[in-house]
Amino acid sequence: MRPFTYLRVLDVATAVDAIATHPRARFLGGGTNLVDLMRENIERPDMVVDISRLPLIDVDELPNGGVRIGALVRNSHLAAHPLIRTRYPVLSQALLTGASGQLRNMATVGGNLLQRTRCPYFYDTTARCNKREPGAGCDALEGFNRSTAVLGTSDNCIATHPSDMCVALAALDALIEVQSVRGVRRIPFTEFHQLPRDTPQLETQLAEDELITAVELPPLPVAANSRYRKVRDRASYAFALVSVAAALDIDHDTVKDVRIALGGVGVKPWRAYETERLLSGAPANDESFRRAADAELAQAVGRSGNHFKIELARRTVVATLRQLRDTGGAA
Amino acid sequence: MAKVRMRINGRVRTLGVEPQVSLLDALRERLDLTGTKKGCNQGACGACTVLVDGERICSCLALAVQYEGREITTIEGVAETDLAHPLQSAFIRHDGFQCGYCTSGQICSAIGMLAEHAVGAPSAVTEHLGSVPELTDDEIRERMSGNLCRCGAYNGIVDAIKEVAKL
Repeated sequence: MRPFTYLRVLDVATAVDAIATHPRARFLGGGTNLVDLMRENIERPDMVVDISRLPLIDVDELPNGGVRIGALVRNSHLAAHPLIRTRYPVLSQALLTGASGQLRNMATVGGNLLQRTRCPYFYDTTARCNKREPGAGCDALEGFNRSTAVLGTSDNCIATHPSDMCVALAALDALIEVQSVRGVRRIPFTEFHQLPRDTPQLETQLAEDELITAVELPPLPVAANSRYRKVRDRASYAFALVSVAAALDIDHDTVKDVRIALGGVGVKPWRAYETERLLSGAPANDESFRRAADAELAQAVGRSGNHFKIELARRTVVATLRQLRDTGGAA
Repeated sequence: MAKVRMRINGRVRTLGVEPQVSLLDALRERLDLTGTKKGCNQGACGACTVLVDGERICSCLALAVQYEGREITTIEGVAETDLAHPLQSAFIRHDGFQCGYCTSGQICSAIGMLAEHAVGAPSAVTEHLGSVPELTDDEIRERMSGNLCRCGAYNGIVDAIKEVAKL
């Protein structure tokens, strides 16, 4: 690992000040992604600003019935929190299917939002990757691309967004609060991550001098009946081939309210707006579920190794909605 | 060079480390606590698992400087007396290892896992998140999935943990 300067900060003002004055610095939270990338020489910061002791570790109920989650809450603590388990079970489940017990104890919510892709060509510094080295080209397009995305891709990048937590947050209409020396702003979750287009190195709306301070969940009654279903090569401790975060409210066999997002298939956590639009007010039967899944996946582009994901996503969407309808959510 | 003070296995230790030194390397190379093993060095195998303030983490992805002032327990410190920790004895009784390379991590991980379960934490195979799950074989396997055993001693590992969980 390249040597760097280490700075521990204890308050948010000092943290954002440090990043504003050191453009080649990186914030260090749990370290589960950044330390690995630094060891692989993919991240090469001159300075590491350790934010892990900032007082952003609370999960609080908001006056409107929503929940505010500090950016440094550990993944395991958030998954086990009673408010999340009962009101947003899809989020608990998504967190619990990610990584391992040890890593969930380290990884933070803010860090999870900024998790980098696990595309093998992004990690392989001898390969071409537009995300790692803008303009270099993309070896995944014609290469070993079984794990790559089918939604939102461009000719420059087909890397999958790896997070499970983010898929649940995309479905839950979350807001991200960020802070810099210029002030505080809030970003709707589905606008936070960007499509790769011609600039796959730019993954989020976050400016270089901004710190994620919190994630807010709105009050969302439909989320009480929600679950996360993850399909992968082995039963545990693996990234998703396909995942579905869904919340469903049915009244007299008709879909009253629905939220749905897909993981493992998108270049960003993929909110399935088309599926939601078709389901809203539709009969809660398998035929509607299939049609709604197809509507979202019509825009999917498969490649040599990952074409199977389109059919797998379709079936997983239908299976998850059916499960919510017949046996209910995970709460 | 940063000066880092940590309480390791009950003893306060001070050491000088460069910021890029991992907690794993600090333990093994600077403090001669070689019970903690280096497997993949990228958080995928769990051989480097230690307890920090009672919670299990992968020490290979931890920078030592970040753990200033924390309480670290390694396999050398899990036994409370001269006797082995109950999990150490159970691993021997149930053949929970063959080559032994993953065992330190398995045992530290199991200690952390049992503590998580004791405070009612759910897992990915917990059917209803609202209730505290029983430690079935499925629950143990899911909760221990961050520790790989290339000899394949998983059946013995699950039996050993199950026995101690019932104590």
